[in-house]
Amino acid sequence: MRELSLHLLDIVENGLSAGASLIEMTVEEDRRADSLTISVSDNGRGMPPEKLKNPADPFITSRTVRRVGLGLSLLAAATRRCNGRLVIDSLPGKGTKVSASFQHSHIDRSPLGDVAGTLATLIMGNPDVDFAYTHRIDGNEFSLDTREIKADMPDLSLQDPAVIVHLTETIRTNLNQLAAAPSQ
Amino acid sequence: MAKLTIADLKRIREKSARENSLRNGPAAIKITVHMGTCGIAAGARAVMNALMEEMAVSDRDDIRVVNSGCQSMCSSEPNVTVEIRDSEPIFYQHMDANKMRQVFKRHVLQGEVQTDFAMAKM
Repeated sequence: MRELSLHLLDIVENGLSAGASLIEMTVEEDRRADSLTISVSDNGRGMPPEKLKNPADPFITSRTVRRVGLGLSLLAAATRRCNGRLVIDSLPGKGTKVSASFQHSHIDRSPLGDVAGTLATLIMGNPDVDFAYTHRIDGNEFSLDTREIKADMPDLSLQDPAVIVHLTETIRTNLNQLAAAPSQ
Repeated sequence: MAKLTIADLKRIREKSARENSLRNGPAAIKITVHMGTCGIAAGARAVMNALMEEMAVSDRDDIRVVNSGCQSMCSSEPNVTVEIRDSEPIFYQHMDANKMRQVFKRHVLQGEVQTDFAMAKM
């Protein structure tokens, strides 16, 4: 995919199909170690053992429309292209964690892209699910948690498109500030 | 360490204050943006973001937007289905942000199906 934030959207959609009510996402950029890692943890129903044995196999899938699921295999290919790897932990009935690592400076490493747009799509489209996002760059961090937003401001409707549009802009501004901050 | 502050949230609430509060009643119009791996790779997120902006400006409270997975029409993604109550659902294909805005303004708000972009009545 053109942007890593689209892979993020795609993997979170997997967690949503698994019935998750909470999805935690982390993006960690460590320029000294030259690594970029994206992880997604969900509390959905988990993966069956045959899928865990070979998670990047597109033909082992829970999809029914067609017996092919491309998301993980595309992500695995993207990590391999950039000297990284895909690690998956899953416990049936408890949840799944997907971790994709990349060499940060690799010429084939797609840009992170519009993370705010990805978060906006997820928050607006899934009113009954909570999302927590943390982005770390060289020791600086930005985070957001819909549970906290709902607790701090219960009258703010996250399904209201006007709210989502302004929330997206706020996230974008915060992430730009994070990217420009001097390393710790 | 930064996170979304109360000040940020207050600012968002002020900017998005509207006269009708969003009711959770039955929606007269349902728009489905298909968001499987194929849709995402083809640009469905941009379509979704454009739709959200148009919805914010329109100030309507009877329109629901949902995501769905792949419908096996992968080569025509991004796909969007528009269902207006008492009308046939229309399946739009090869959508982008601009076409989404046009479909929203003309079909969703004014009932005029954009047949150039539509593949089928479902």
